[in-house]
Amino acid sequence: MKLLNKWPSYYKKDVVTHYCPGCGHGIVHRIVAELLEEMDLGKRAVCVNPAGCAVLAYKYFDIDMIESAHGRGTAIATGVKRVKPELFVFTYQGDGDLSAIGTAETIHSANRGEHITVIFINNAVYGMTGGQMAPTTLLGQRTTTTLGGRNPKFDGYPLHITDMIAPLPGVIYAERTAINGPAGIQRTKKAIQAAFQVQVDGLGYSIVEVLSACPTNWKMTPEESFKWITEVMAKEYVPGVLTDKRGGPA
Amino acid sequence: MNKVFMSGNHAFAEAAIRAGCRSYFGYPITPQNELGEYMAEHLPKSGGVFVQSESETAAINMVIGAAAAGARVMTSSSSPGISLKQEGISFLAGFQLPAVIVNVMRGGPGLGNIAPAQGDYFQATRGGGHGDYRTPVFAPGSVQEVADLTRVAFDVADRYRTPVMILGDGMLGQMKEPVEFPDMLVDLPEKEWALRGRGEGASRYMASLILDVMEMERHNWELVRKYQAITKNETLYEGYMLDDAKIVAIAYGTTARIARAAIKRVRKEGVPAGLLRPITLWPFPKEPLQELARRIEDFVVFEMSTGQMVEDVLLSLEGRGRVAFHGRPGGVVPTPVEFSRILYREYQRQVKSEK
Repeated sequence: MKLLNKWPSYYKKDVVTHYCPGCGHGIVHRIVAELLEEMDLGKRAVCVNPAGCAVLAYKYFDIDMIESAHGRGTAIATGVKRVKPELFVFTYQGDGDLSAIGTAETIHSANRGEHITVIFINNAVYGMTGGQMAPTTLLGQRTTTTLGGRNPKFDGYPLHITDMIAPLPGVIYAERTAINGPAGIQRTKKAIQAAFQVQVDGLGYSIVEVLSACPTNWKMTPEESFKWITEVMAKEYVPGVLTDKRGGPA
Repeated sequence: MNKVFMSGNHAFAEAAIRAGCRSYFGYPITPQNELGEYMAEHLPKSGGVFVQSESETAAINMVIGAAAAGARVMTSSSSPGISLKQEGISFLAGFQLPAVIVNVMRGGPGLGNIAPAQGDYFQATRGGGHGDYRTPVFAPGSVQEVADLTRVAFDVADRYRTPVMILGDGMLGQMKEPVEFPDMLVDLPEKEWALRGRGEGASRYMASLILDVMEMERHNWELVRKYQAITKNETLYEGYMLDDAKIVAIAYGTTARIARAAIKRVRKEGVPAGLLRPITLWPFPKEPLQELARRIEDFVVFEMSTGQMVEDVLLSLEGRGRVAFHGRPGGVVPTPVEFSRILYREYQRQVKSEK
């Protein structure tokens, strides 16, 4: 008999999710947990989870974890990895955390080429606080703080932070994927696997930006959300490999 | 080890290395730059980690990461930079993580200046950041004491799993004095609670988010019990010429040195002055002060601020005695002559009122 599916070892059982129906976090959590097992990293893994919806990620991941103040994840990860290089250290951050309040930490940890991996969930909105504008919010997108849609005259433009750091020499691998259907989910798993392997191989910094649905704050159904990612969000944030220096400098 | 001639900033760093600290994260700010520079030179030689961070905020969060992984870790800054670190210090307190934070104080508020001051007493002793916590605060008065108290600070931080602050000032940081260091600590005990990957055991999680209010309250009272134990066991102070004193100066750090010189001067003029020097500012040596107040009526508080520690003196005395205050804020370093005039004047007032 062929095993088609199993519960990941590093994913806790019998817990009720706090994530909303259709939220992308659950899918990315599952992917991360599967990879920690498949790549045999769970026993030496330390995850830094953010302020935001994923602050409660410890309810699901069954690995060592530390919570971060809003935006400071990669600084904490730097501290852990520098004093214990044998650990596998990754951060799990949202767009507000990583590209607004944590911009400096994001850029400088990348520029130092810290040997950490960043899982960046971009849902173009502040989820946990109830749907305010994020740096990644699209032009014209309605949020609770851009009632008439994001207007560049007052609110600036969508920030492409992963594209900004991708050219840095210390950033070995950067890819953007989208959780918008089975193919996107498969691609996301491959991307995170590649990013994890960069750290395992001692090459340097890696990041995967995942376009991820927030149906509650987008005021859409899960199905509409997937469609919106494909037809709107992925046009602004085009999925693909943003840098790959695994074979040496680009 | 023989005595060496060294600045306070270098002594902080050397003492930390000797206390087994192998990781330092910091951002340049005057007047404490020599501390980070010493770490940059010497830590890698002893297998340690030095990172010059992009900000004080990043530095204190790197400290959180290193502490969570079980390392003895230090960061240092001066007043404006310490304000930036307060977010992380609050998290350290919430996580119950040990770390040593050095503040080489300068004039303020705002950017202020780079001269010695004691204006951060409130910030240091009242917790500084948001939330209900305290930070043990050590106030060395000499470069030798920098060496000794840095060792104590690491031990207290580990024993109670708490961030500890060492409060110096620009004078202490820059001044060179002969100093003898304690021996190098080797083989520090493993920290059972540290993150190291779950291995074959249960996973660990460090949180400061506690959404359940009853659970948060329980956590708050647990911290209080720890602070009570610190107050009982770790309070430090020094008395100088107190046996026959009829007027007592209260001062810490650099100001206490100046007060000591002033006491020597006025004693030649027949003024029986003494000094009570708090070495821990939190916990404040409340009971020793109350004990003194049983036989001494007059106290003079000297600070390089507009009056901060004087509030702890008044709280401790609970209405007893007469408290005068003399402060020089803004980076002005007072002189022994200045202090001796104050002590002389206050003592004459006492003599007159007794007539």
